[in-house]
Amino acid sequence: MLNRTQAPPIIDAIQYQLHLKPVERATLDNGTPVYMIDAGAEEVLQLEWVYPAGNSYETQNLVAATVNFLLRNGTSTKTALQINESVDYYGAYLNRSCFNEQALMTLHCMSKHVDALLPVVRELVTDSVLPEDELQLYRQNMKQRLEVNLRKADFIAGRLIDTYLFGSDHPYGKYSSAAAFDALERSTLLPFYERHYRQAQPMLFVAGKIPKGLLGQLNRYFGDLPGSALSCPVHPLVRATQKKYRISNDPQGVQGAIRMACPFPNRHHPDFIPTQLLNAVFGGFFGSRLMSNIREDKGYTYGIHSYLLNLQQESAWMISTEAGVDVTEATLTEIYREMERLRNEPIGEDELLLVRNYMMGGLLGDLDGPFQLMGRWKNLILHGMDEKYFYDTIETIKTASAMDLQTLANRYLQPDAFYELVVV
Amino acid sequence: MIQFDRFTLSNGLRVLVHPDPSTPMAVVNVLYNVGARDEDPQHTGFAHLFEHLMFGGSLNIPEYDEPLQMAGGENNAYTTNDLTNYYLQLPADNLETAFWLESDRMLSLAFSEKSLATQRKVVCEEFKENYLNKPYGDAWHKMRELAYQVHPYRWMTIGKELSHIEKATLAQVKTFFFKHYTPCNAIVVVAGAVDTPCVKKLAEKWFGDIPSGVRYERSLPAEPVQTAARRLSIEAPVPLDMLCKTWHMGARQDLSYHATDLLTDILGGGASSRLYHALVKEQQLFSSIDCYHFASSDPGLLTIEGKLVKGVAIEKAEHALHEQLQKVKDDLISQSELQKVINKTESMIAFEDMSVMSRAASLAYYELLGDASDMNKELSKYEAVTAEAIREQARTICREENSNTLHYLASN
Repeated sequence: MLNRTQAPPIIDAIQYQLHLKPVERATLDNGTPVYMIDAGAEEVLQLEWVYPAGNSYETQNLVAATVNFLLRNGTSTKTALQINESVDYYGAYLNRSCFNEQALMTLHCMSKHVDALLPVVRELVTDSVLPEDELQLYRQNMKQRLEVNLRKADFIAGRLIDTYLFGSDHPYGKYSSAAAFDALERSTLLPFYERHYRQAQPMLFVAGKIPKGLLGQLNRYFGDLPGSALSCPVHPLVRATQKKYRISNDPQGVQGAIRMACPFPNRHHPDFIPTQLLNAVFGGFFGSRLMSNIREDKGYTYGIHSYLLNLQQESAWMISTEAGVDVTEATLTEIYREMERLRNEPIGEDELLLVRNYMMGGLLGDLDGPFQLMGRWKNLILHGMDEKYFYDTIETIKTASAMDLQTLANRYLQPDAFYELVVV
Repeated sequence: MIQFDRFTLSNGLRVLVHPDPSTPMAVVNVLYNVGARDEDPQHTGFAHLFEHLMFGGSLNIPEYDEPLQMAGGENNAYTTNDLTNYYLQLPADNLETAFWLESDRMLSLAFSEKSLATQRKVVCEEFKENYLNKPYGDAWHKMRELAYQVHPYRWMTIGKELSHIEKATLAQVKTFFFKHYTPCNAIVVVAGAVDTPCVKKLAEKWFGDIPSGVRYERSLPAEPVQTAARRLSIEAPVPLDMLCKTWHMGARQDLSYHATDLLTDILGGGASSRLYHALVKEQQLFSSIDCYHFASSDPGLLTIEGKLVKGVAIEKAEHALHEQLQKVKDDLISQSELQKVINKTESMIAFEDMSVMSRAASLAYYELLGDASDMNKELSKYEAVTAEAIREQARTICREENSNTLHYLASN
């Protein structure tokens, strides 16, 4: 007779020896670094061109994001529609994204079509003209989108907490406005494009089933371009002095968006890795204390999460949730209570083993596909780190003690260090 | 080509095995043949609320998540109007933990009052977060009620109103469970670093003695053919006017499905699609526009939804939209436009199939529709679609008397 109350034996995931598949490195004729991971069963590729073109480099708000957006909206020989058709015809996806230090152009395509698509990308990074009518349309549609977003409490809260942490002029803290969109001029965008795309040296990250000769093709289309390295300007942090905020955005709102955050050092700091383990216990996954208490026990929210921001210069420890308007203050009380427990009581060995196993199982699953692998490598490389960080993380997950974590909780989970914001 | 083995236990539980030795992980996907369409109109939102309760402990296991996390696993679930799907991933060494957990909750839930009370609140917060506290959040509630008069697609999976969830009782929960959550109404897919003999042994061991249950025979009221256009105009405190228009289309298993799917791509699939180019870029009537459908098991809705540029009259925008539709009804699309949407579909399938989790979910879904091996025939069905077939679908579907139009206007 089967005993269903008895769990089957398991192998603790902390016993696994995880191996991070190495990235292949190459250099194009002009010195452009290329990182490659050849893996996966499907005939698909992901190529990323990473330019030193994030908003840290701009001298006027939104310039970096706008240039990045307009990259595929017209060259000297092709209209936006022609560019879009030449990408869409091959069933490919060409996206762009702008962050604080870097801005990206990302191509997803079937491996068999890559040769036809590389010249299109070359054209965009060498010959975009950022047409005036496209800028005009972008301004109009972005302003409209912003207007919709400004009705959402979670959107407002996300913007405000960043300004408290970093300052409203800092690349990590500044945000868009209708006035900033209106102030965009093509004459300001063009020099940014020239300096940060045309004349700048990108990094290339290629993952998937890599066809023979791809490196040669990359060299053909990107190996002859001028490429200067740029050093990223460092902006002063201006942290808000006031710690607690209550903002009313919608008198009819039925939920409050809660954000709490404290400053935290960047990934190079020795506390960063062990704090990720502590964060998992606190609010980093479905079985975390915040989720168990505030969702699964009290039912105040659909979800609550805590995390360390993935930023290169300076991080922060963030707690984020949406809770019913009648229980926002009760939710805050419970968050502080969970901080207090982590400061005052060591985490039990069973709970810690569960979190260790969960994190190791997650890592094992993450090392699976070529795109996930490259995502991990790209993050390491852009943060100026190597595989040592990965292996240190594993070692820490396996061995950090309850006492280590309690020390960290006492160092960082101090109510006075946290900004506290509720937007309704 | 996705390879799999298939067997059925004596209690009617269908099990599919998809071995993939390239991953160290195992995936277990359990699909139950029940969705929001199977709910009582007085108790909507139940299938989804139920999905939450499935994590509140089962007959012999007080907590579902903890043992799974201890085994290095993670999981989630979703409910649609058609089905409910539970999936988990864990290191393949610990596969038996997944069988233990999934079989116990198929055997019986714990039916705890506390879990029901909490999850009622959680789902109400989910309702508020996604449908009440967002601009346009109720648009689909309105549209479903407009487009469906008798078919249960007329309500959302989250439920028609908060009160239906607030009033759910434990007695209703039990009835629902023993009606739908039984071996003969479920499909289990096991994928990843697994082999069929081992899965067979585990399936017999853990699921073999669960009572079969009664096979659920679905008999839902068919939506009568719509013969006159329906229109609804509402005002709400939103910043921009929105136009949402739907037309009744065929079901997922209809022969017309693939041509209809490509038609939506022609109209609204990406930056080179017709509606985006004509109405957002050229005429600048909309700031955004999309065309999509839900691939629903019963006859669904082809949908076009867009936000207007400020100052544009909604009648003008709608008229311009109709002009674009008239073009696909009058003229055949070119071979290169057809090839474009087929290529797009091919690469979408390839990207989806990269993840073993997504392959497992697809196998379960196609098995529910009729036969898991149809998953491998999808691309050839798209490749067989002609420009004539797409025009035919445009003519059949995009008729004014078959349409439902929602003007969601900004109040000042």
